[in-house]
Amino acid sequence: MNNFGYSISPSSRIDLDKRDNDKFTRIVLLEPGFRKCMACGLCSSTCSGANFTDVSLRRAIEMIQDGQEKSAIVLLKGCMLCGKCNIICPRGINTRNLIRNILKVYMEELQ
Amino acid sequence: MKERFLFGYDPFVLPFTLGMVFIILYLLVGTARIIISLTHEEQISLLKSLKPKQLFKTIKDVITDCLLHIKIFKRNPLLGYMHFSIAFGWFMLIVVGHIEVMLYTPQRNGILYYPVFFRYFVMETQQTLRGAFFFFLMDLFLLMVLSGIALAIFKRFRSRALGMRRTTKLKIGDTFALYSLWAIFPLRLLAESFTADISGGSFLTKSINHLVHGFVSNPDNALPIWWCYSIALGVFLFALPFSRYMHIPTEILLIFLRNAGIKATSFRNGYAEAEIYSCSRCGICIDACPMGVNLGDIKFSTVYTIRLLRKRENALEGAEKCLMCNKCVEVCPVGINSTQLKLLYRQSFNDTGDHDFSYLSPQNIKHNKEKILYYAGCMTHLAPAIYLSLFKILKKAGIEYNFMDADGSICCGRPLMLSGDFKGASQLIDKNKDIILNSGCTTLLLSCPICYKVFREEYNLQGIEVVHHSVYINDLLNSGKIKVDRVHESFVFHDPCELGRGSNIYNEPRELLSSIGTLKNSPEEKGESICCGGSLGSLTMQYERRKRITEHSLSMLYTNNPDTLVTACPLCLKTFSPVNSKRTVDIAQVVSEHLI
Repeated sequence: MNNFGYSISPSSRIDLDKRDNDKFTRIVLLEPGFRKCMACGLCSSTCSGANFTDVSLRRAIEMIQDGQEKSAIVLLKGCMLCGKCNIICPRGINTRNLIRNILKVYMEELQ
Repeated sequence: MKERFLFGYDPFVLPFTLGMVFIILYLLVGTARIIISLTHEEQISLLKSLKPKQLFKTIKDVITDCLLHIKIFKRNPLLGYMHFSIAFGWFMLIVVGHIEVMLYTPQRNGILYYPVFFRYFVMETQQTLRGAFFFFLMDLFLLMVLSGIALAIFKRFRSRALGMRRTTKLKIGDTFALYSLWAIFPLRLLAESFTADISGGSFLTKSINHLVHGFVSNPDNALPIWWCYSIALGVFLFALPFSRYMHIPTEILLIFLRNAGIKATSFRNGYAEAEIYSCSRCGICIDACPMGVNLGDIKFSTVYTIRLLRKRENALEGAEKCLMCNKCVEVCPVGINSTQLKLLYRQSFNDTGDHDFSYLSPQNIKHNKEKILYYAGCMTHLAPAIYLSLFKILKKAGIEYNFMDADGSICCGRPLMLSGDFKGASQLIDKNKDIILNSGCTTLLLSCPICYKVFREEYNLQGIEVVHHSVYINDLLNSGKIKVDRVHESFVFHDPCELGRGSNIYNEPRELLSSIGTLKNSPEEKGESICCGGSLGSLTMQYERRKRITEHSLSMLYTNNPDTLVTACPLCLKTFSPVNSKRTVDIAQVVSEHLI
């Protein structure tokens, strides 16, 4: 094989095999709104924490759907649970409950 | 008055006596357990509270709460009378019974069953005025209790007549205690009537004795009914610890602990334990709970959550669903701070410290000469009209201020605290406290009642006055710094939970609105105001259910058809506006619109 000095980078975007489906279903059970997210980003744009750091619920949800749970937790750890996203969410997702449960379910193995 | 039996004993007293011994031992052990589980400081303050002056107040509280049931009287006179007649009547029966024993058969003093079955053991040798007086008293109080029992039975079928839409569903222990309680007094009436021709009686017992004289002239017929009476008492006393009637003795202990200034520090220890056992499951909180509009959610109301806690079962679902609006605490006749219990329960599950706020660096601190620091808070940033209106008012009054979170807020910590994560909340509290103390302000002005409560209660900001803008604007108006127009507009004021019940501010916003337009009432206002449904207190409630609560709350507010809905909380404002067909505004907006 010729060495061109570069190679095809593996896709990190969507890899459903990496996703822990058990935990994913657990979160859906704990917060049914999880599946309703349409990634509009209103939660991230209104976020109090996002003024200071890169807290973003929208990105975190997408990351979990793609199996990148660890990076999602890093994003959500800074959440102050103030509830602004809860009020603003056009899909009526209980975002606070979602964030709490994501942290709870995915932090279990890290501890 | 003479004794009929040499030994003053008959086997029928056994069920009652065994029950009484059982309950006395149970109560002694229970009280000792609760007092032992208090911390040393709490035990000392309990001892200190037994000084005469404080003791007098405690005893007064015990009489008004446990015997007279003043709080229930204020809610509904008939319901109050029901509780009053049973509690007070029964208490007086016991007291007068003991006095009778002391006067007529002093040699039997201290025998548990003697005052209860006094009329079986004595016979009247001559009628005296004193005897007639005591017999009259006994019959009078018995009649009083019987009227209460009649009301209680009526309430089982038509609770609405006594001002209760829903009542608590009973468990097996409650059923035993309830039916034996109902049976005790009619049986006592019959038993005393059957022996009234021997022991003497008054208007009630004597009359019944005359009516059934042919039957009771054979004394063998009297004994079975005395047996029944004793068994009913025995069943009640044995069922007591497994029933809601445990509140009768526990409430006295609770009042002593409360007056000693002791508070719950865990969801099931010391004071909390006394609170849990003091719940009488009267069900007044069921009607009060805003979740009641969603039929399936009635099982999460406070009374059932406390019952689960008492049985040491998992109560997390109810505790996390609760809106923490505090209305159940407001209406509770026993004064159980159930919201605090639920919060401590949440803490035991959720105080994980999962959050990491190290990114909030202290560089935000700025020092300013202005004495007033304004903190909008997260929610107010969602409704900028509130702080813009407030700034307009402040400008008009010529007041300089400093906007603490113009570039984005660090949350006050209350939402995190409500989720039970006290560790995370304390990190936020520390960050905010640094900023506030370094700003050199003397007044902290707030727009959001959620922040207001936590700044007042958890921040310990010495030397800094914390004010909510509704109070501050009212002060500006009263001191003449701003003037407003009077208009032909009618308002209704929605009391936000955290401002009203949470911080006891009811009148200032109303005064303010009355000086602008007409203030209309709503049937459930002030302490009884219904949560808007948006509360951050509820962790798991879904949007659809919240919306139904909002609609219900709104329909109550619009009972007298006002033009505008006014509130003083950005969260209430954001929750009501999408559902409300009329205008929803904050109190600062109303004032700024009508400034002269």
